[in-house]
Amino acid sequence: MKDTVNVTLVGVGGQGILLTSEILGRAAALAGFDVKKSEVHGMSQRGGSVTSQVRFGRHVYSPVIPFGETDVLVAFEKLEAVRCFALLSPGGKALVDVREIVPVTVSSGQQVPVADQDGVLARLYEGRAVYTDSCAVARKLGNMRTSNMVIAGALSMMLDIPGECWVDAIKARLPEKIRDINIRAFEEGSAGLSETSV
Amino acid sequence: MGNVKLLSGNEAIAAGAYRAGCAVAAAYPGTPSTEILENIAKFGGRIDCEWSVNEKVAMEVAVGASIAGVRSLAAMKHVGLNVAMDPLMTYTYIGTNGGLVVVSADDPGMHSSQNEQDNRVLVKFARAVQLEPSDSQEAYDMTRAAFDISERTGAIVFLRMTTRTSHSSSLVDLGEDYEYGDAGSRGYVKDITRYVSVPANARAMRFRAEERSKALLAESEASEFNREFIAEGSEIGIVTSAVAYEYAAEVFPDCSILKLGFTNPLPEKRVRKFASRVKRLYVVEELDHVLRDAIECAGVKTDRFKTELSMMELNPDRLRELRREIMGDGSAAPAPKRSLPDFVPQLPTRPPVLCAGCSHRGVFYILSKLGATVSGDIGCYTLGCVPPLSAMDTTICMGASIGAAFGMAKAGFRGRLAAVIGDSTFFHSGMTGLLDVVYNKGGITVVVLDNRITGMTGHQDNPGSGRTLLGEPTVKTSIAEVARALGVRRVREVSAYDIPALETALKEELDVTDEPSVVVVFGSCVLASKRNVGAIPDSVDSAACKACGACFKLGCPAIVRGEKVGERFKASIDPAACIGCGVCSQVCRFGAIRSGKTAGNLA
Ligand SMILES: Cc1ncc(C[n+]2csc(CCOP(=O)(O)OP(=O)(O)O)c2C)c(N)n1
Repeated sequence: MKDTVNVTLVGVGGQGILLTSEILGRAAALAGFDVKKSEVHGMSQRGGSVTSQVRFGRHVYSPVIPFGETDVLVAFEKLEAVRCFALLSPGGKALVDVREIVPVTVSSGQQVPVADQDGVLARLYEGRAVYTDSCAVARKLGNMRTSNMVIAGALSMMLDIPGECWVDAIKARLPEKIRDINIRAFEEGSAGLSETSV
Repeated sequence: MGNVKLLSGNEAIAAGAYRAGCAVAAAYPGTPSTEILENIAKFGGRIDCEWSVNEKVAMEVAVGASIAGVRSLAAMKHVGLNVAMDPLMTYTYIGTNGGLVVVSADDPGMHSSQNEQDNRVLVKFARAVQLEPSDSQEAYDMTRAAFDISERTGAIVFLRMTTRTSHSSSLVDLGEDYEYGDAGSRGYVKDITRYVSVPANARAMRFRAEERSKALLAESEASEFNREFIAEGSEIGIVTSAVAYEYAAEVFPDCSILKLGFTNPLPEKRVRKFASRVKRLYVVEELDHVLRDAIECAGVKTDRFKTELSMMELNPDRLRELRREIMGDGSAAPAPKRSLPDFVPQLPTRPPVLCAGCSHRGVFYILSKLGATVSGDIGCYTLGCVPPLSAMDTTICMGASIGAAFGMAKAGFRGRLAAVIGDSTFFHSGMTGLLDVVYNKGGITVVVLDNRITGMTGHQDNPGSGRTLLGEPTVKTSIAEVARALGVRRVREVSAYDIPALETALKEELDVTDEPSVVVVFGSCVLASKRNVGAIPDSVDSAACKACGACFKLGCPAIVRGEKVGERFKASIDPAACIGCGVCSQVCRFGAIRSGKTAGNLA
């Protein structure tokens, strides 16, 4: 394995990205890695783009991932997946959730949407991305707010962190009330991905 | 493995203060410093903590606690220190009794600030000690050490955080003995010559402060937070501090590094010794050339470089650029391409906007409709400047809206003029400006957007919310009553969601220019009061919609383009985003929008 593994999570405020990256960070720590996690809060609650970076390995210095050196890019939203493609390293892989959140600039008509967004996405990530539909899984589980743990489950299949560390991290982080449903979402997410090959 | 936790820098500071037995902590919220007090509050009252009304008061509360003999902490964002400079500059002469630690959190790159001032300059100016953590472990260790240093020397000790060190998380070993370190009180003994800064006493204090500088230098030279990492055979030495050290360690593993954690006063001997071991000496620091200048003042020559590092946040990529310049060895890979392939079209942006149903939206819609010039302020409502509302003309610093509007009026500005300010901002530093307008016979209109919370920084309580930092009920101060007590006779309170009433009130008050007026617009923050949960959304009757576009002018994220009619679009409402505030239904002249129902309490 590389000395430091770089994971970047991107999406839109309110999608549970910061919680997902925290669970990832804790899971990596439980697996015995040094970890640094970095994000910029601020306006994220107001519909802006959100980015969180997690690095783990033997010893991590910079909390910031150098540009173009992301090993695994996790996009919680399709437009953000397109926007952040250049962050990916040449050998990097992506996990893209098929959720679409139209920016206000488009819905209000100030800017134009990407024509054939799906085509652009597929062409950009050809052979390098796996896709999840976390909302469909979360709907099936009856709790839309677990969609981020579905993505976490899928992500766990792409990283060298044992599954039990993830589950322990979820247990430690979430209140009892919502613990089990989130663990189920995580398990559904990892099972779902192991069926689709990278 | 000890007691290891993944903590943000802010969480680590709270933990360090707890372990060190800090007894009193005060702060005014401000990104990136806010979570320090929020985490201290989690210690269940073990540390007496408060949201102060502004940073000056926070500093004064901490100073008072220090005088009384206990360990105290004040935290603020970088610009907050501007507000708190006055007590700081004199307490630094007086000298601490109980340890006083101030956290000042800079925001290189201005992720959520109006400037990127480097507060290390102010710390030097204040003759205080400066510690610069590079990760969360150091934030914890340095917070603990800071109280000891302050009590040993009488100096005020600053922890200089940045957005990156405050908001990134890394592993912290809290130690097996992690518990509240009850430091007790050193007690207060009346001593007028020590604590009363009249000129006669202050002159003596001035000399004592200078004496203290010598003790601080000795502390700095001996500090374990200053460390050399020698790369044998390397001619290049890099002096660095804070998170810049982490970037330097990653990008220059083959160079010698002097990592300074105790940066003011500068450990001159350590620097000189390090400089003597290398042929070339570079200083890598975030923002101003504070370290470089101090090093050169100490008579050590440094090597200059062309790579621009003194503006905006640093990162490994920028240090690689430096490496290419000073090592020229091609060992740093060329910078990767930042652009997307040609087949990707221009992407729409996703800027932050006022939330769907936000109580600030209607006011800006009306102000824009009335053609008012708006002297603005800082908070969520600053987003009123974003198109299509575009209803803010100026923003300077917290509280400036009122004084600046008054100044514009004095300059002979003609036309409708309003100062617009949030509730937390009004309590922070708007009240004094309003008093100035009353006293000096001004005639401007002040619109206070009272959403009963400090929204921008993540919903902290304030004097108008009726709750303390610990969530305890307290006096709920009425802004209207404050305005009346200051001498304003024309005071009105209007609901943020009653658009016709808002229009009438604003029009009438803006047109009165021979005496000041205050319009308090009330409506609770959608997110803080969870009014979005369980709401019945507004909806558009597409047959009745004339595609006139009036509702689009609200800039509400829930109102989206529907069916195309010629060149225009009918409106449609995204039921998942809409909270049923009904503002758009009042703006529609054709009755095409059915008002839903917002959940929770509007006011
Ligand atoms: C001196 C200073 N302290 C703190 C901040 C950070 N800050 C920006 S806006 C704001 C408060 C805004 O609250 P309010 O006035 O109630 O408006 P809202 O965001 O709720 O609309 C704070 C604390 C700042 N910019 N300057």
